[in-house]
Amino acid sequence: MNANVISDQMNKDFVLAVEGLTVSFDGFKAVNDLSFYVDENEIRVIIGPNGAGKTTVLDLICGRTKATAGSIRFKERELTRMKEHEIVRAGVGRKFQNPSIYEDLTVFENLEISYPKGRTVRGALTFRRDAAVKERVQEVAETIFLADQLDQRAEYLSHGQKQWLEIGMLLIQDPELLMLDEPVAGMSVSERKKTAELLNRIIKDRSVIVIEHDMKFVEDIAHKVTVLHQGKILSEGSMAKVQADPKVIEVYLGH
Amino acid sequence: MTTSAPTSGRTFFLRPQDMIGIAILAILLVVVLPLTLDNFRLQFVGKYLTYAFVALGLVLCWGYAGILSLGQGVFFGLGGYCMAMFLKLEASSVENTKIQTTPGIPDFMDWNQITELPLMWQPFNNLGLTIVAVILVPALFAFIVGFAMFKRRVGGVYFAIITQALAAILTILIVGQQGYTGGINGITDLRTLHGWDIRTDAAKTILYFVCVGLLIACILLAYYVKSSKLGRILVAMRDKEDRVRFSGYDVASFKVFVFCLAASLSAIGGAMFTLQVGFMSPSFVGIVPSIEMVIYTAVGGRLSILGAIYGTLLVNWAKTSFSESFPELWLFGLGGLFIAVVLIFPNGLAGLWQTYVAPRLGPLFGGSAKRAAAPAVAE
Amino acid sequence: MFSDYSLAELSSIFMMQGFAGLILFSVFVLMALGLAIIFGQMGVINMAHGEFMILGAYVTYFTSQFFLNYLPSLFGIYFFVAMILAFLAAGALGMATEWLMIRHLYKRPLDTLLATWGLSLILQQVYRSVFGPREVGVELPSWMMGSLPVTEVVEVQINGLFVMGLTIAITVAVALLMYKSSWGKQVRAVVQNRVMAGAVGINTEKVDRYTFGLGCGIAGVAGSAFTMIGSTGPTSGQLYIVDTFLVVVFGGAQSLLGTIASAFTISQAQSTMEFFLSGSMAKVLTLLGVVVILMLRPQGLFVIKVRR
Repeated sequence: MNANVISDQMNKDFVLAVEGLTVSFDGFKAVNDLSFYVDENEIRVIIGPNGAGKTTVLDLICGRTKATAGSIRFKERELTRMKEHEIVRAGVGRKFQNPSIYEDLTVFENLEISYPKGRTVRGALTFRRDAAVKERVQEVAETIFLADQLDQRAEYLSHGQKQWLEIGMLLIQDPELLMLDEPVAGMSVSERKKTAELLNRIIKDRSVIVIEHDMKFVEDIAHKVTVLHQGKILSEGSMAKVQADPKVIEVYLGH
Repeated sequence: MTTSAPTSGRTFFLRPQDMIGIAILAILLVVVLPLTLDNFRLQFVGKYLTYAFVALGLVLCWGYAGILSLGQGVFFGLGGYCMAMFLKLEASSVENTKIQTTPGIPDFMDWNQITELPLMWQPFNNLGLTIVAVILVPALFAFIVGFAMFKRRVGGVYFAIITQALAAILTILIVGQQGYTGGINGITDLRTLHGWDIRTDAAKTILYFVCVGLLIACILLAYYVKSSKLGRILVAMRDKEDRVRFSGYDVASFKVFVFCLAASLSAIGGAMFTLQVGFMSPSFVGIVPSIEMVIYTAVGGRLSILGAIYGTLLVNWAKTSFSESFPELWLFGLGGLFIAVVLIFPNGLAGLWQTYVAPRLGPLFGGSAKRAAAPAVAE
Repeated sequence: MFSDYSLAELSSIFMMQGFAGLILFSVFVLMALGLAIIFGQMGVINMAHGEFMILGAYVTYFTSQFFLNYLPSLFGIYFFVAMILAFLAAGALGMATEWLMIRHLYKRPLDTLLATWGLSLILQQVYRSVFGPREVGVELPSWMMGSLPVTEVVEVQINGLFVMGLTIAITVAVALLMYKSSWGKQVRAVVQNRVMAGAVGINTEKVDRYTFGLGCGIAGVAGSAFTMIGSTGPTSGQLYIVDTFLVVVFGGAQSLLGTIASAFTISQAQSTMEFFLSGSMAKVLTLLGVVVILMLRPQGLFVIKVRR
């Protein structure tokens, strides 16, 4: 009883509290009794070998996959019982691994759809593209280096630009928790540099969970690193601590 | 025709080229055709136009939102039957049916030993209730089907197959329940609307213009929906449903909305069909008419509101002319049309217009360089 | 509706109608098996499947006529010859269709649905022009006629049992082909990862063509079975397409076992209800039941939970 009260109070300080999270597909436990906590304004990087369950963890947090057991609390709201769009409206934004944008729409329209107004059927029918919307879209477009491409159909953007556009779509939602799945994968060196700069700018004033393989990049941005292996936490802590952990070295360099 | 985003901020929902397009269609339907066609042919056009309501709904539902319904005949039929029930009751006054065992009920009920007007028929004594029913009954039915399926993320071919099954079920039901529905013959021998004889040539001409007026109104409604943010969300959903969901939208409710809208549009068409043609039968409900209605939209261009109207007129005109002179050829033609429209010109007439004609006509006809790139077909 | 009958009578009725549903079940299974291969393995909706079945039925009819006129002494075995010919004819037409049409549309399943519907209209008209609009029926060889008594009141028709046995044999053969042969392994590899399958040297185009041909060929055999329960006309196939699709979807598109169980459930439900209700209401209730269940459980009866 007492222990519960204490744990509840402790959780209040965390933006995100994941406890005992488990999901199994046909008996295969992709995520197994996972617990971790993300602080306000913390940048957490999740690393781990392929198939460690990194993307599944993000899927679970944003409601794409339903947990078999465990809880995910975001600002004291239980996410496991909420629908995807409710989770987004609560303040969780998620970028997919492959750039996920609307190819048939223009850059402006892509950003506008993510603008957090007119999200119901009625709201969308009566939505007006007023000055505030245009200003915000312009502002975000400048941040993501696409200000001069607003009228371009999104399918004509380069791979890197598409990634930025999706990041911009999240930015315009202004989420309190931002989740990025391999934001620099498949980018050229110069794009990668620009993206790191972009991310460094947008991760201020919010909590961020990033999945990334690029260790240089991880070292640059991570406050704390969580290493996943076979659905479980292998190690957690600062980059230096994790890199020195013999278990981590074993998993990455072993076999 | 994805709406391009004029960041300069368009406030009115019609672009200049849309207004010109609608005006040309209106002039064609209101002035040119009535002046050039005899009454008999004009009534045919009026009949075709009732299908155009269905095609219009399919542009939004299938073209924009990517939801292919193979059961639009269900909604066309429900609207048509609602109207037919009202007209039938008016035609079955005690005076008109005094030779029946039970006077005052529709003749086919009397033939089937039904002695009392069924409860289901009672509201159709009232024109106001009938008009409400024409729009709401199909919408409600679409809501139930759509809600059940879209909430469970059923889409694509599964949705198409299930809506097709619904069309089959409703047809069998109507044919089987002869006493309540008039069976395979449908509801026939309709005479007057509030005492106004709808069978005369003059009445039919008036009904033609009413039909054109309603169609234009529905076209404007479709343009409004298309150009609203909802229209862009539909396109976005067709492309990356998950991204829309994870941008904070309840995807299912948007799909339900557009499916219900398409259903109501079809039903208005059905009701106008009954009024103009003077009967309604299960042959407009089933699998075959439902899928044919899809081809009207496909021929016109699944993404083009006005294209769907022209597609409907053209296919039906071809059907009438061919079936008159070469009935065997028509099925080959129709079958070939299904294949060609998919394999060779997936954006239909509107796509051909956009690619070949519009660029030569200048920007007022939608021929600006950027728009000429035909958008990808929904997958 | 049951109250008018005693328990013993009811059980006899169920048995009798159950056996009466056997041929319908067989046609369903064979049709659905073909569709399940095409839809489940390739994701293609073949709306012309009924017309492929009817091609098999016509082939069977003409084979029977040929034997009747030229080889009356061998009439007893015409059905076996007809089945093989039906399989080959429908399979060949299927492969031609895949090559001319389907292969251009793999990424657009809804469009395939429309294109194959167009094909079905054309085939119907071809049948009407070539074979005439009149419906034709086959004569059964004498050994297939008659029935076997099971109990005092219940009898089973021999042709029903025969078709049933045939269906089981074909089903087993298909299952072996899909799950035991190296060709089946190739098909499943292409289903799971087309690019990778191509990269390891599987000729994916050829696999597609033969898979489609196999599905259509089985529809042709279904047509042979069909001649025993109905007469063959240009549009007979269309009547079955909705039912068959529901069978496939209801069973969970990728599961052969599911397809069979669902064909059994649907055909038996319909056949049993037909005894108590009018044919049309039995059909309405069966289809409606299936549709409602599918709305509640869209993944079908048999499906494995997979990671999206």
